[in-house]
Amino acid sequence: MFPEYDVIVVGAGHAGCEAAAAAANMGSKVMLITMNMNTIAQMSCNPAMGGVAKGQIVREIDALGGYSGIISDKSMIQFRMLNKSKGPAMWSPRTQNDRMRFAEEWRLALERTPNVDFWQEMVTGLLVKDNRIQGVRTSMGIEIKGKSVVLTNGTFLNGIIHIGEKRFGGGRTGEKAATGITEQLIELGFESGRMKTGTPPRVDGRSLNWKVMEEQPGDEVPGKFSYSDTKPLKEQRPCHITYTNSEVHEILKTGFEQSPMFTGRIKGLGPRYCPSIEDKINRFADRERHQIFVEPEGWDTVEIYVNGFSTSLPEDVQYKAITKIPGFETVKMFRPGYAIEYDYFPPTQLDATLETRLISGLYFAGQINGTTGYEEAASQGLMAGINAHNKIHEKDAFILNRSDAYIGVLIDDLINKGTNEPYRMFTSRAEFRILLRQDNADVRLTPLGHQLGLASQDRLDKVHEKLSQTETLIKDLQNLKVKPEEVNGLLEEKNSAKIKEKAPLINFIRRPEMEIEDLIDLSDELKDKTKGLSSEILQQASILIKYETYIEKEKSLADRMGDLDNKKIPAGFNYKEIPALSAEAKEKLSNIQPANLGQASRISGVNPADISVLMVYMAR
Amino acid sequence: MHMNDTIVALATPPGVGAIAVIRLSGAESIALTASCFDGKDLLTQKSHTIHFGNILDGEEIVDEVLVSLFLNQRSFTKEESVEISCHGSQYIINRIIQLLIRKGARLANPGEFTQRAYLNGRFDLAQAEAVADLIASENESSHAAALNQMRGGISKEIKALREKLVHFASMIELELDFSEEDVEFASRDELKELIKGIDKVLVKLIDSFQLGNVIKNGVPVVIVGKPNAGKSTLLNALLEEEKAIVSDIAGTTRDTIEDEINIGGVKFRFIDTAGLRETTDQIEAIGVERANQKMKESSLIMYLFDLSTEGLDVILAQEQQLIEMDKPYILVGNKRDKVESEPAALLENEHYISIAAKQETGVAALKDMIFAKSQMDNFKTGNVVVTNARHHQSLVNTQNALHDVVRGIDNQITNDFLAQDIRHSLYYLGEITGEISTDDLLDNIFSKFCIGK
Repeated sequence: MFPEYDVIVVGAGHAGCEAAAAAANMGSKVMLITMNMNTIAQMSCNPAMGGVAKGQIVREIDALGGYSGIISDKSMIQFRMLNKSKGPAMWSPRTQNDRMRFAEEWRLALERTPNVDFWQEMVTGLLVKDNRIQGVRTSMGIEIKGKSVVLTNGTFLNGIIHIGEKRFGGGRTGEKAATGITEQLIELGFESGRMKTGTPPRVDGRSLNWKVMEEQPGDEVPGKFSYSDTKPLKEQRPCHITYTNSEVHEILKTGFEQSPMFTGRIKGLGPRYCPSIEDKINRFADRERHQIFVEPEGWDTVEIYVNGFSTSLPEDVQYKAITKIPGFETVKMFRPGYAIEYDYFPPTQLDATLETRLISGLYFAGQINGTTGYEEAASQGLMAGINAHNKIHEKDAFILNRSDAYIGVLIDDLINKGTNEPYRMFTSRAEFRILLRQDNADVRLTPLGHQLGLASQDRLDKVHEKLSQTETLIKDLQNLKVKPEEVNGLLEEKNSAKIKEKAPLINFIRRPEMEIEDLIDLSDELKDKTKGLSSEILQQASILIKYETYIEKEKSLADRMGDLDNKKIPAGFNYKEIPALSAEAKEKLSNIQPANLGQASRISGVNPADISVLMVYMAR
Repeated sequence: MHMNDTIVALATPPGVGAIAVIRLSGAESIALTASCFDGKDLLTQKSHTIHFGNILDGEEIVDEVLVSLFLNQRSFTKEESVEISCHGSQYIINRIIQLLIRKGARLANPGEFTQRAYLNGRFDLAQAEAVADLIASENESSHAAALNQMRGGISKEIKALREKLVHFASMIELELDFSEEDVEFASRDELKELIKGIDKVLVKLIDSFQLGNVIKNGVPVVIVGKPNAGKSTLLNALLEEEKAIVSDIAGTTRDTIEDEINIGGVKFRFIDTAGLRETTDQIEAIGVERANQKMKESSLIMYLFDLSTEGLDVILAQEQQLIEMDKPYILVGNKRDKVESEPAALLENEHYISIAAKQETGVAALKDMIFAKSQMDNFKTGNVVVTNARHHQSLVNTQNALHDVVRGIDNQITNDFLAQDIRHSLYYLGEITGEISTDDLLDNIFSKFCIGK
């Protein structure tokens, strides 16, 4: 009934969709298996993409030739560039999305992608021979052969949903859990664990009193994720902000005795930085209120997402409490919040390609690796899809370094440090944050994506044009000079120090209070030179000029630290014979078998002192 | 990779001595020694025992020796080790080492014994550096500083400092990553307060380098005074041997001459300078210039004058100059034997002491005064002292990066750039404890050792 596939992707969430699209676009024959073809690319949690550090990841996925940026742009209802008041490394794009349209766009995009076949069924087992993957077996007993398999099971593996004291099997509310795979993987020698996450109630927007809430509109000049020719929004939907209060907290407390979190029924560990409302009340008892973001679920639907109110308390307690939030007095609830527990596999069992070390040709991506977030999942799917394709076609592994991309940081952290709680990306996880900006993801990654056969020639041409235009503009700003009488008026207006002698324009850009746009009217020549340049080019030049010293400092540090990555450790290195290594380091290093000293230094449990020991030992 | 082979080297300085010690380390140390040892069966002896016997090359006796045994885990390298004490002739030493190499030992590389001790978990990198200092220490104070460091003194201080910085960094990072979320952030004042605290510790450590340097290299004491005041004679009296050229012609001492003497367990470095007079002699002019420079660099200045010829007004004028230099000083009146009485103004001065250098009277009292005025008893309080130039440089780099942070806060630079500067300071701190290992650092550490250490 089925041919043999190059890549079988199990699960069609953010990770599965990117994996299928990447492998297929590179030329692999792909089978995408999902339990329900109507729920492809569901946003299980909030209807938004991006945010701090995550927005950078979406830009990176897009620069490599993945779909998440394009899909987000096509389905966005609001765009905001977060952290605009901070340095450019912190600027983080975020969209609010139409939940239904997002899923639809993904499904249509996959349908348009040649080489992707679909099958709707639950995968219950893997076909494995001599530690090599052969394909999958479905609940109906169908065997589908594949040279490689990417597992992207999300929260579905033995998923259990908790609402108060009620608990039932499920991968998402209203959808059943997946069984069989965990048990087989454990039999094959994998280590597994449990994690927990949660989601807030959804309510009827028509029942809310918007007037008492604070409106949070999108950016005046909205941007977008994709470097391709998707269109920015002309019209946007606002979000709203409101707050809990002590009355809400008191009501919630009445449900604590039935809370699956507090009674210990939930064993899995949840994310500290995305706590449920009961967690917040419990841990920060002195806080009188907590912020609630009221997010629309789409252009047309009346459904509303109550961000910040994630809870697994009994549904009647949820309801009673939520009605005490300003604006929610007459609320009608659509669905209660819930907590979900699911299986994951500690990602220290993976290589940097996301291939499992135990079974050749088997890849894991997304929440199965203990991560949380659409963006984290999508980027892993993309990398797993690329590497599955490359392996089958005997091409080099595609690995991004920590100084290349947030995606590199993410995977390096996962495979070396593992994670005990759902892993979310932060800018602080990236030691070279100032290099990994949302404005240069295309410069960093599109050439690599093009080499892979994933990013189009058109994308690469755009990058080259951006680079040459920016360079020319910076040179022009160095060469064009103005006299004091030409510029001092403007400087005074901008509260900037006046000049006494003729100075090149670039000097003014270095001042925090001045932008290129401010100078255009001063110089006809500059006006001429910047004619036809997009605002993106002006901004790019401005960032490179203003933050030159910081960028250079960071580059030199990255080079210095990169030295450790160039120190290869021979395969099969025997760590046990070095007494000075700590017992934990010996065990972790033996298990993970890092490729180089840099990777070794990032393994949790391996101390800097251990690395010095290795260096001395290897230098002997 | 040869972790377990047996290495051999001479452990005592090369050259002729009464005895020399040849050291072996590695799994075969005792077996190799036993194979050319005529005496008890070394293979059945306990650790930390000494055995008398002969080293045999075939039938021929090479030397009569004492063999000390250190079993596995119980030696400096934590490997099985042997020390052979033989007679200190270069010929015997070479014969024994060659013999052991023929039996299967390998000549050790420079620092390899310490390297093995390190690889076997005996100490961390900063401690390994301290071993080098310990070996080089020549007096009680530098010994105390090195020992403190070998026991982890500086690593501990730096670790505490690092923790504070990491805490600071995390407060900044929190604000960066959660700016859109529902958390409370530290105020700028709080951050500055935190940095102030960190800076205090840094300053303390950086300042200690001066003391550490002094401990390692000797406290510099400059002797100034007119030509023929008896500077060279005094120096010789202090050194108790002839070092400086002494003659009756004024200005004989043309250049600075340095020598060291141990007073109260502290190394003092005495610097005899050319005289302080105006001169037309070019060579001597250079000498005077150097004397001024040396005074600036010194920890203590001794102004020497001839009691029999120098007027009180000149002495007091000189003292005024010394006070202006803001350094500890001593007024030394020489040739006490040639005057009947000393001026009352001087006798009342706590900086004054009189001696007769030629007769070596009053020299012991002068030594006590030197020790007291240099305030060198501070180092014995057990404080961590930075003695290593590399550590000092890293601390200064850390401090500079932190000052960038403060400047950044004052200029309202955004937190992501503040965080970068903090990371830099953490990077430099890591260089001290080896948290960030670079080849340079490791090369630097193990290159200090010579073969046999």
